Amino acid sequence: MELLIAILVGILFAVGVYMMLSHKLLKIIIGTAFLSHGTLLMLMTVGKLKRGAPPIIVDGVEDAVYVDPIPQALILTAIVIGFATTAFSLVLAYRCYQELGTDETEQMRGDFTDEH
Amino acid sequence: MLLGLVLLPFAAAFLMPLLSKILKNKVGYAAVLVPLVLFASFLSLLPKVNAGEHIAYALHWIPTLGVDLAVRLDGLSLLFVLLISGIGLAVMVYSIFYLGAKERLGNFYTFIMLFMGAMLGVCTSANLVCMYLFWELTSVSSFLLIGFWYEKENPRLGAQKALLVTMAGGFCILAGIILIYRVAGTFAFDELIAQADLIQASPLYPAIVILLLIGAFAKSAQVPFHIWLPTAMEAPTPISCYLHSATMVKAGIYLIARMTPILGGTAMWGGIITVVGLTSLLFGSLMAIRQFDMKGILAYSTISQLGLIISLFGFGTDAAIAGGLFHLLNHSTFKGSLFLMTGIVDHQTGTRDTRLLHGLGKVMPLSALVACIGSFSMAGLPPFSGFLSKEMFMEAAEQAHASNLAFMGDLAYLIPFVAVVASIFTFVYSIALFFKIFFGGETTTTTPKQPKEGSLGMLIPALCLVSFNIIIALFPNAAAGLVLKGAINSVIGHGYDMHIAFWHGITPALIMTLIVVGLGLFVYWHYDWVKNLFLSYSSRIGAEKFYQKFLHGFPALTGKLTDLQINGRLSDYVAFTLCGALLLVLGPMIYYNAWSHIDISDLAPVDALEIVLAVVATCAALFVALTKRRIWAILALSVVGYCVSFYFVLMRAPDLALTQLMVETISTVLYLLALYKLPYGMLSNNPPIPNGRRTINALIGCLVGLMGFTVCMLGQGCKYFDSIAWYYNENSLKLAGGHNIVNVTIVDFRGFDTMGEITVLSLAAIGVYIMIKLGRNHLYDRHGVEPEEEQKTEFNDAGNDTVVIETDPYFQDDNDLQFPISPL
Repeated sequence: MELLIAILVGILFAVGVYMMLSHKLLKIIIGTAFLSHGTLLMLMTVGKLKRGAPPIIVDGVEDAVYVDPIPQALILTAIVIGFATTAFSLVLAYRCYQELGTDETEQMRGDFTDEH
Repeated sequence: MLLGLVLLPFAAAFLMPLLSKILKNKVGYAAVLVPLVLFASFLSLLPKVNAGEHIAYALHWIPTLGVDLAVRLDGLSLLFVLLISGIGLAVMVYSIFYLGAKERLGNFYTFIMLFMGAMLGVCTSANLVCMYLFWELTSVSSFLLIGFWYEKENPRLGAQKALLVTMAGGFCILAGIILIYRVAGTFAFDELIAQADLIQASPLYPAIVILLLIGAFAKSAQVPFHIWLPTAMEAPTPISCYLHSATMVKAGIYLIARMTPILGGTAMWGGIITVVGLTSLLFGSLMAIRQFDMKGILAYSTISQLGLIISLFGFGTDAAIAGGLFHLLNHSTFKGSLFLMTGIVDHQTGTRDTRLLHGLGKVMPLSALVACIGSFSMAGLPPFSGFLSKEMFMEAAEQAHASNLAFMGDLAYLIPFVAVVASIFTFVYSIALFFKIFFGGETTTTTPKQPKEGSLGMLIPALCLVSFNIIIALFPNAAAGLVLKGAINSVIGHGYDMHIAFWHGITPALIMTLIVVGLGLFVYWHYDWVKNLFLSYSSRIGAEKFYQKFLHGFPALTGKLTDLQINGRLSDYVAFTLCGALLLVLGPMIYYNAWSHIDISDLAPVDALEIVLAVVATCAALFVALTKRRIWAILALSVVGYCVSFYFVLMRAPDLALTQLMVETISTVLYLLALYKLPYGMLSNNPPIPNGRRTINALIGCLVGLMGFTVCMLGQGCKYFDSIAWYYNENSLKLAGGHNIVNVTIVDFRGFDTMGEITVLSLAAIGVYIMIKLGRNHLYDRHGVEPEEEQKTEFNDAGNDTVVIETDPYFQDDNDLQFPISPL
């Protein structure tokens, strides 16, 4: 299963980076979302997959084997932070459009030729 | 004590700005104390060092690299520190009377102290790293002093040129030092001498020699790095005397002398040094004839004389090295006094132009005396010390074919010829400097100031300095025994019985000197004709042209490079960053073939549902990358998100699955909300990305994907560390009383992380709030329109995603970049 997820991670990264290299704000934000999904799966995979029960202790069961809880704790944090940054970027994009009248990074850069 | 002496000028440099505030224009008198103390202290060390004792002191500095702040005084160092402090003393006394009260005396004395300390450091450092540090400091202080009158353009350009050339040389030295360390594993001179054979046998030896010699030649203004010295003459004359003739330019010679026991003795070493030295000797003496500025003559003369000394080190015989060090001493005294004399003439007449100056001897007899002794000594005439060392040079040149230059074969017989030709012109410009200025008709009346004799304060240092040309000539063997013997010993590694005398009988050297004087007088007879002949040839030689091209071409080139990189395109910046990351991560992966290390022996089983999910997620992802409709893109993105949360279920992570499900839902809503506010045609780029660039983007994406895949696979197979999960599994219930290990980890074991997470969340929330809130007020302030009104006109029909930009007055007059979060 690790191999399958690793391939998926690769695909998500590739799509995410491709989107991030575009000029549209929304595309860039979608790109970061892909990167974040890929990262979550990668974190999970490097901790090995499906090696035991969900990390919830059931009373009376001794010596149970659980999956590694540390990547899970890490990912839980990452999901929430990912959400925060997505929300922030979306509002930033909205405000950029409102202020500058464009959602194109290419048009936001202004006229560079004047300075030289 | 020795380290204290070396650091004393630095301490003084710190005090000088303060003292100049208190003492005003009398600050020079306080500054003079420093070289006085130094000179006296070094003189007192003379007997000890001559007895063969090495005075050393080390302070731990970078122990891990074996680098100490170590100073050490042997014969060679002592010769140099005596020159530095002695001539420093003369120059500082002179400066008091040379510089007017209106000059920035605080700056002047601070810089000169900095230089003095740096130069002492170069000559006493016991290891290469220390020496390099002080070496660069001399370049910096030289830069500051050349640019002392920075209001004028020429001193600035001169300072820039000197800094660029000598620093470039400095970098070569640094590279050479690193190579030496690679071969010998040490920086200390003593240990390096012991390993001289190892270094000379190393394949890196040629590179070491070339790099170190470039640095030495750049510092000592040897062809083709000489170009900085003539323009450095824009410095105040005491500085030209001190840095650019008597001491700093001799640092290159010091380096060569210091490295001779380590690198010397080979054909390569001797060959390069001899060729460059003789070229500079000849070139400098020819160029000096062309000059009209007295300091210009002296600058080229310095290049020429340093070439002479350096070529003696190239010959490499004991007698040649002894002669080189002797001439170094003599050169410092006669060239120093000639500079001081030039300063007096400049100060008293207001010009240094030889066309305006003549017949000054009647009104400036003492300056004339200085000029007479100095220039005759430089010309190599008896009974002055210059004659003695010049004779030694002639002798060494005549015997060069038998030294370690034997590999040159018959070419070595050219050396005496070159020596004679260069000496003829040296003779000519030397005596011209004296006769044309102090004789040659009536006293000049065309100078800016009416000439009169300079003040005693300026004359006494000059007379003292020049008197050494007579003292050394009278007691050459005493002088040699006192300061030269130890120095020669340090360079050649054994004692050398030096006997200097005026009369050796009829030797080839004497005959060569007679030829020089005879032909020199003949050329001087036709001085104007020769000068015009020389002037009719262009002075712009290759090195200067190259420097000018570099000076203008290099910033243009870097500017173009910067424009290429910092072009204002955000997508390019992302691409550059990713390419850098790829180079750093994927590069080593390819180099070490990371894929051969992937361990797939221990993988979890795959079931059908997982494969289906992977296929769905992949299709959705590819769809997002290709679709032109934004609504579809967002929905497909959420499909990927839901697939991820499904995976979490399958990976036995119920908390993650729940959170991801919730967050994905809210995110989708957020995206859809944003959709209404952002313009239509969201996903088609305008202007469109060219196809070539699109391919590059896809390629970068695929490579990053490959990198992610590899990291993931390497990570899952990693066995370098034991898992620490057992701690959480065991203690979650015991210590924290919680059944859900992940929850306990988050709120308890890793509580601080969670606090950080909450902080990020709060900051994002504040950011979102401020962006929206400030935006509204901003609009209101700018246009006096109620925010609500503004909002109404933004879109007419949310259903079909069209935004009527034309109705919004705000977008039409405002194109400047204003980031709404900047008030944060």
